[in-house]
Amino acid sequence: MGDEHAIEAQALVREFKKGPRAVDGIDLAVSPGEIYGFLGPNGAGKSTTVLMLTTLLPATSGRGLVGGFDISTQGPEVRGVIGAALQEAALDPLLTGREHLRLQASLQALPRAERAPRANELLERVGLTEAADRRVRGYSGGMKRRLDLALALVHRPRILFLDEPTTGLDIQSRTALWEEVRRLAKDDGVTVFLTTQYLEEADVLADRVGIIDHGKIVAEGTPEALKAEIGRPTVEMVPAEPADEARVATILAGFGEPVTSVRGVAVRLAGEADLAGIVRALDAEHVLVRQLQLHQASLDDVFLAKTGRSLEGSDDE
Amino acid sequence: MSAEAADQVYVIARRSVVRTLRQPANVIAPLVFPLMLLAVNSAGLKAETHLPGFPTRSILAFILAVPFIQGALFATMNTGTDLARDIQTGFLSRLSLTPIRPVALLLGQLGGTVTLGLLQAAVYLAVGLIAGVRFASGPAGVLVLIALYILVVLAFGAIGLFMALRTGSGEAIQGLFPLFFVFLFISSMAIPRNLMSVTWFHDAATVNPVSYLIEGVRSLIIIGWDGQALALGFGIAATVSLVAVLFASRALEQRLAGS
Repeated sequence: MGDEHAIEAQALVREFKKGPRAVDGIDLAVSPGEIYGFLGPNGAGKSTTVLMLTTLLPATSGRGLVGGFDISTQGPEVRGVIGAALQEAALDPLLTGREHLRLQASLQALPRAERAPRANELLERVGLTEAADRRVRGYSGGMKRRLDLALALVHRPRILFLDEPTTGLDIQSRTALWEEVRRLAKDDGVTVFLTTQYLEEADVLADRVGIIDHGKIVAEGTPEALKAEIGRPTVEMVPAEPADEARVATILAGFGEPVTSVRGVAVRLAGEADLAGIVRALDAEHVLVRQLQLHQASLDDVFLAKTGRSLEGSDDE
Repeated sequence: MSAEAADQVYVIARRSVVRTLRQPANVIAPLVFPLMLLAVNSAGLKAETHLPGFPTRSILAFILAVPFIQGALFATMNTGTDLARDIQTGFLSRLSLTPIRPVALLLGQLGGTVTLGLLQAAVYLAVGLIAGVRFASGPAGVLVLIALYILVVLAFGAIGLFMALRTGSGEAIQGLFPLFFVFLFISSMAIPRNLMSVTWFHDAATVNPVSYLIEGVRSLIIIGWDGQALALGFGIAATVSLVAVLFASRALEQRLAGS
């Protein structure tokens, strides 16, 4: 393990008593200034990985370096270079947004003269200036998330961990948070380790994506590379009569290799999309179709190809 | 303590005070309930003063020490419940990601407890003085009583912190509250130990540290300067504070280690 990476993990494992391995020997390396999307379904091991990398949970075995510091033996040094917004926005409902920021600034040992200006700056940046002196218990979910992000940024960390930062947010709040994360990476050079179960979030935001399932990284690369690996588009078809599924499967087999479909029958096309040819073949066999869809490869297809399950709607753990 | 650590204690204490003051129920209950019990006891136990060997003619002066200990018990619950809530909401994890020292976190958390304790002491004293209680130890005794009370509040508050760190549950702490009241009732709360005729009760009250806390406070009100009572009161309060803070520190380290 070298010191050229902002975050590195090598054979990182976390076992819980009376439970399975939540994290089962993951290796990863995140470059400085990179946005790394850690994608996986609920219970895949994303949050456990974040807790270990932020020193909040000891690893059972393996090694992790964050900012060049060992997560097992240099906890204070690691905590000095990171900011973290964990899965639940851990806020005190009785304090105001401004009080949270001042408390955080004090505990991060910012010079006294800097604390109030830094709080004001961050409140403005996350759009909470007007709500700054209201108690947090009156904040919406989006406001809490934005305050959580601001708190993580108080001491200008080099590395930022965001654990499912947009879960439960409306589209507007989600988009605003994405923009801020992009700005942090691009303008401030902050390394962002972001866990998400949203494909779109990983796709549009992350420079690279690691897909985790059952505690193991099953795929890693840029979203484009991962999708290219899967490559060809798929056609998914739902016959009008469920009894026709086998006939549809036979017809589609002539156009590509079968892949798992949760709704009907699907094939990964062998060549360019020939929808007209498929429709003609179905028509020749007098098969009525309720739904026909052409999918360009997505990260869900990557997940499906690697695990045999769809990430969207996956809730098996 | 370094300037940085002192600053950490101050900001955590300030938060604790703000939190306490913004929860009126947490302020009012520790003030009102002990005073209600004071009123009931001073009326119901008045005949005690006619017992041979009873140390004072004023039952109110005798019983005035009790609200202080009851108030401290409420402090235990409030301090523990607040920390347990921080654990449950993840706020403790947020704090632990900062360079805060564990001992600063614990001492800071006790800041709100002490503030409420000072408020309680002022109210109990005011009620006693208005009702005609005169301190045998004089004005200096009032100051010593406040000092002893703050030490008792710290002791019970630290027990609350320890329980919160061990259980991580506000409900568990509230569930233990009646147990503390058993300690209060099996003490010299209502009658001096030398006048207890039931042997097992006398023995239980004698080994119960709460008796000595009450007697330390009481001595300043009805006796004057009783070195033994004060030494026992301060000694037990200081020992419990120290032990509870040490245990709480250990529990905090274990919790922060995530094991």
